[in-house]
Amino acid sequence: MTAGALEAPLLRTEGLTRHFRLGGLLSRRMLHAVDDVDLEIRQREVVALVGESGSGKSTVARLLARLYRPTRGRILFHGEPVDRLRSRAASLGYHGQVAMVFQDPYSSLNPAFRVSHGVTRALRLHRPELSPDERQHEAERLFTIVGLTPAAATLRRFPYELSGGQRQRVGFAEALASKPSLILADEPVSMLDVSIRAGILNLMTELRDREGVSMLFITHDIASARYVADRIVVMYGGHVVESGPSEAVVAHPRHPYAQLLMASVPDPRTPPADLVGGAVGDPPKVIDPIEGCRFVGRCPVAIEICSRVTPRLRELGPGHSAACHVAVADS
Amino acid sequence: MAEPLLEVRDLSVAYRTDAGDVVAVDRVSFEMARGEFLAVVGESGCGKSTLLYAITQLLSPPAEIAGGEVRFGGRNLVTLDGEELRRLRWRGYSIVMQSAMNALNPTLSVEAQFGDAMRAHGPAGDEEVRARSEAVLKLVGIDPVHRRSYPHQLSGGMRQRAMIAMALLFDPDLVVMDEPTSALDVVAQRSLMRQIKDLQERLGFAVLFVTHDMSLVSHYSDRLLVMYAGQVAEIAPTRVCFDTPLHPYSQGLFGGFPSIHGPRLPLVGIPGSPPDLLTPPSGCRFHPRCAQVMAHCPVVSPDLITVGDTEVRCLLYAPNQGRPEGAAIAAARPAAAPVEVVT
Repeated sequence: MTAGALEAPLLRTEGLTRHFRLGGLLSRRMLHAVDDVDLEIRQREVVALVGESGSGKSTVARLLARLYRPTRGRILFHGEPVDRLRSRAASLGYHGQVAMVFQDPYSSLNPAFRVSHGVTRALRLHRPELSPDERQHEAERLFTIVGLTPAAATLRRFPYELSGGQRQRVGFAEALASKPSLILADEPVSMLDVSIRAGILNLMTELRDREGVSMLFITHDIASARYVADRIVVMYGGHVVESGPSEAVVAHPRHPYAQLLMASVPDPRTPPADLVGGAVGDPPKVIDPIEGCRFVGRCPVAIEICSRVTPRLRELGPGHSAACHVAVADS
Repeated sequence: MAEPLLEVRDLSVAYRTDAGDVVAVDRVSFEMARGEFLAVVGESGCGKSTLLYAITQLLSPPAEIAGGEVRFGGRNLVTLDGEELRRLRWRGYSIVMQSAMNALNPTLSVEAQFGDAMRAHGPAGDEEVRARSEAVLKLVGIDPVHRRSYPHQLSGGMRQRAMIAMALLFDPDLVVMDEPTSALDVVAQRSLMRQIKDLQERLGFAVLFVTHDMSLVSHYSDRLLVMYAGQVAEIAPTRVCFDTPLHPYSQGLFGGFPSIHGPRLPLVGIPGSPPDLLTPPSGCRFHPRCAQVMAHCPVVSPDLITVGDTEVRCLLYAPNQGRPEGAAIAAARPAAAPVEVVT
């Protein structure tokens, strides 16, 4: 992150917004899944996007994967606006550069094909210059990178022959096939058992360190986020409410929601912290929301301005910002 | 010691399949005292949910109890008939299922469902149902106006609370919970756990809590039962289990998840994956994944061994078990195994 900070970010979003219309064609009700998200992912950086279900974190991933079109705002990849990529070749190029790993390794692999199918298909699509022999070698190399050895034998297996952890490794091998510079990993460990989760988390840091891949790691598990990520971005009700270096966000969260989140994480090694407030309360209003902070209904420190003016992200410490009227900067 | 509330003795459950019997629960024994909070932890496929269904007599074919007994309030639940069980359910023990959205009937209001449960145990007038529904909803912190709400009108956390309220309709001695918080986000999880603990302390019921997330119960349960491949791997007071896990599986499990406190330590996890119970490994079921495996582990099936406050199924603590007489006692270890405790 130290060297990367000076370079242009790999991917940046400006005011990224996605609304969904609810109900029929004539309905005016709008669900604000993602509102005004400015996100930055640098080279060789793992950014964790955390938040509760419905906070908009998966929608961000789908916007970045171009599965949804933004309602407003734009995505810049290597400084280039992504919405200008109109041709099929340009679009394919982007998908090769920005690959995705899915949550459920039990349903993301086709059970009718050997696990080599997905990897070789991606290789044929994104790297057509490879001969069949080279393709086989490359597939074996990828399987070795993700720890599926012996690679040649594992490639011939069917998904049902592999455990959940191994299947998720296949998912990473498929993502790596197009030589991406960014992997979008949407809850890649949440379906896995604790004993194999550690292996996948370690694989993610290895891919960053050895292969130089950046990652957007979407998770609701703060401890995994801290373990893997260089920076943590916290979402609440479609807004980014806090963003900063992992250690700073975990140790000194600034936004009251982030504080509540950190205090709620169960940890056998530390007695549970007292919850300051906001533990119960209504979920954020994301359908036709009004101006103001979306956490205001649950916030223990809310003041009058909070329900009138939506707080903007402000830098409160080195590289550490929060969107809160009350939070104070380091002196 | 007073008579235990629940006593499970050598309970085994087999799934009868065409390929052979899958013994998902293998001779599990434990006791629970009145008012105790016991957590059963383990990974998917370890048999923890099957154990819970066997205890509550909710198994359906192809699963059946292959042996053992479940003594609750002095009676063996395994031999009771349907009518006797019906009278015991809700009153003696109740269950909170994993997914409240699926466990509650979407077409009935909360109160109507509470009324169903109450009328299954004798006549109850509308007024009585209303009063009791309001009382239990208040207990779990739901505004009593919600007795008229339908499940879809409640948030995920409220639905789980409503399920817990329903489980408390008759002041049962035992409430069995199957991952009641797994569908909730961490903030809601945390406040629900706190509430379950408060209710348990106030009303005095015992809790049998099944979860895959041991950090969740770490501060709430009195004892921890770690299951692996259908067997009890370790059972100990929760604090003892976390501070000095004895079974190599428990050690791997507790060292396998990251923390948000303290230094960022590398995680090791456990190599391999849980065994297929159709053909469980010989000897100790954990030996193919164990970092401390010894020569006789693949041959000898260890019994539960008492070490201090812990019972553990591991040959490291039974130097003589299954060994030829006079063999060197090289594997003997102190009661506190060398485990790095992060502070």
